[in-house]
Amino acid sequence: MKTFEQLGFRGRLIAVEGIDGSGKSTQIYLLKRWMELQGLKVFFSEWNSSVLVKAATSKGKRRELLSPTTFSLIHATDFADRYERQLLPLLKAGYIVLCDRYIFTAFARDTVRGCPPEWVRGIYDFAALPDMTFFFKAPLETSLGRILEGRPELKYFEAGMDLRLSPDITESFRIFQGRILEQYLAMSTEFKFHIVDASQQIEPQQALVRDLVSSFIPLDQFRREKA
Amino acid sequence: MKASLRLPKNGRTIVVPQPSSRRFYGHGIPGLDPSKLGGKLVVIEGADGSGRSTQITRLVEWLEGCGHATVQVGLKRSTLVSEELEQAKRGNILSRTTLSLFYATDFADQIENVIIPSLRAGFIVIADRYIYTLMARDMARGADPGWLRNLYGMALVPDIVFYLNVPAEELVQRNFAKDYALDYWESGMDLGLSHDMFDSFIRYQAMIVDMFKKMQKTYGFTIVDASRSSDEINLELQKKIEAVMRGK
Repeated sequence: MKTFEQLGFRGRLIAVEGIDGSGKSTQIYLLKRWMELQGLKVFFSEWNSSVLVKAATSKGKRRELLSPTTFSLIHATDFADRYERQLLPLLKAGYIVLCDRYIFTAFARDTVRGCPPEWVRGIYDFAALPDMTFFFKAPLETSLGRILEGRPELKYFEAGMDLRLSPDITESFRIFQGRILEQYLAMSTEFKFHIVDASQQIEPQQALVRDLVSSFIPLDQFRREKA
Repeated sequence: MKASLRLPKNGRTIVVPQPSSRRFYGHGIPGLDPSKLGGKLVVIEGADGSGRSTQITRLVEWLEGCGHATVQVGLKRSTLVSEELEQAKRGNILSRTTLSLFYATDFADQIENVIIPSLRAGFIVIADRYIYTLMARDMARGADPGWLRNLYGMALVPDIVFYLNVPAEELVQRNFAKDYALDYWESGMDLGLSHDMFDSFIRYQAMIVDMFKKMQKTYGFTIVDASRSSDEINLELQKKIEAVMRGK
C-alpha cells in the first residue's frame, strides 16, 4: 500500500484516528481552521457521511439490522462513495484533505466485531494510505470520562451492544472501546501513526500537530492562487 | 398438468435431501459454522431474458409438489439496502467501487437473514442470480478479480449453479418481445462502449459471457442450453436438482 504522495498525487491526505472521546475531532477542526485562515486549499471529510449511503446506514442502525459483516460492508460503501467522488478528485486537484477517521477505524472496529482482519483489509485495498496519520492516544478512562460525562445517551452500535459484551450499555461501551484501543495500538507501528498524547490540554496537542504537519508537508504549495 | 411436472405418487416417495458438506468460498461469516446447515442452495444464473424467472416459478411449483419447502432470494432484495440501492442506480451517480460494495452489502444481508436461516430450517433456497453476476459485472468494469474473491469470501458455496446460456442476439429479441426496450444497466451503457444501445447491449452481454467463461473453471457452473423450449430446460434442471437431493 502506498501513500498519495508516493502515488504521485498533487494533494495530501491527513487522517486522525483514536477512540471516541480522544479529542481527535477537536484537533482536526483546529487544524482545518488554521489551514483555511492561511488560505490553503483544504477539504474536510468525516467518517460515515456519504449522503447516498447514509439513509441505509441510519436505517440499519436504528432498527439494529446490522451484523458484523453488513456493518463492515455498509461503512466500506460509504467510504468508497466519498473516496471516489470527493477525496480522489480533490487530491488530484492538489487539495489537502483532512479525514476524521480513515480506513484504520474500519480495521479496528470490524476486527473487534469478529470480521477476519485480512478480509477487511482486502476490501479497503482500493484506498491509498494517508500521507500522515495522527493517533490520539489517551488512557481509556480519560476518553470514557469525556464521553460518559458529556453525553450519557450511548448508541447501540457505538457501545458495541451487538457484541453482547455486557447487558449494561455503559459497561459494554467500556469493554468495546478498550478492545478498539488495543487494535489501534497494534497497528500503530505498521502504519506509522504519529502518536499524540491526548491526555494533555488541547493547545499543546494542537501545537504538536501543526509542527509535524508543517515539517512534513510544504504548505506554501497548497495556497489558493490570488485573484 | 404440465408435461414436465413429475410428482411423487405418495408420501413414501418423497425424497429426503441428503446432507451437504457446506463451506464458504473464503473467510465466511463471523460466528457462523456452515457445517450445521441443512437444505439445499440452488442458484440460477443467466442474463435478463434467459428465462430465469420462468424456470424458477416452475421449479418452485415442482419442488413444492414434491414435498419440499422453498424460499427465493435474488439481487437487490434485502431489507437493509435494496431501496437505497435502487434509488442510487436510478440516479446513475454511484462510482464503481461504491456500487460494487453496495451490492455486496445487499447480498450479505440476504445471506445472513434469509439464506442461512432457511437452510438451517431445511428449506430449498432458490437464488435468482448470486455472486457470479455481481462479479462478472464488476470485472467487466475493471474490478480486480482478487479483490472480488476476497469480498465474496463471505458467500456460501451453493449445491449447484445453473447458467442459462442464450446467444446475445436471441436475448435482444426476447427483451424486445417482453417490453420493447433494453435496460440501461443490462446494456452496460455506463461503460461507454457505444452510444447505440443495441450495439452496446450486444457487446456488453458478450463481455459478461466471457467473464462467466473465465469463472467457469473456478466455480464449476452447470451450463444449460437455454435456447430450447421451457419444458426441456425445466426437465433438465429437475433431473440435476434431484441428483443433488440424493447427494450425487
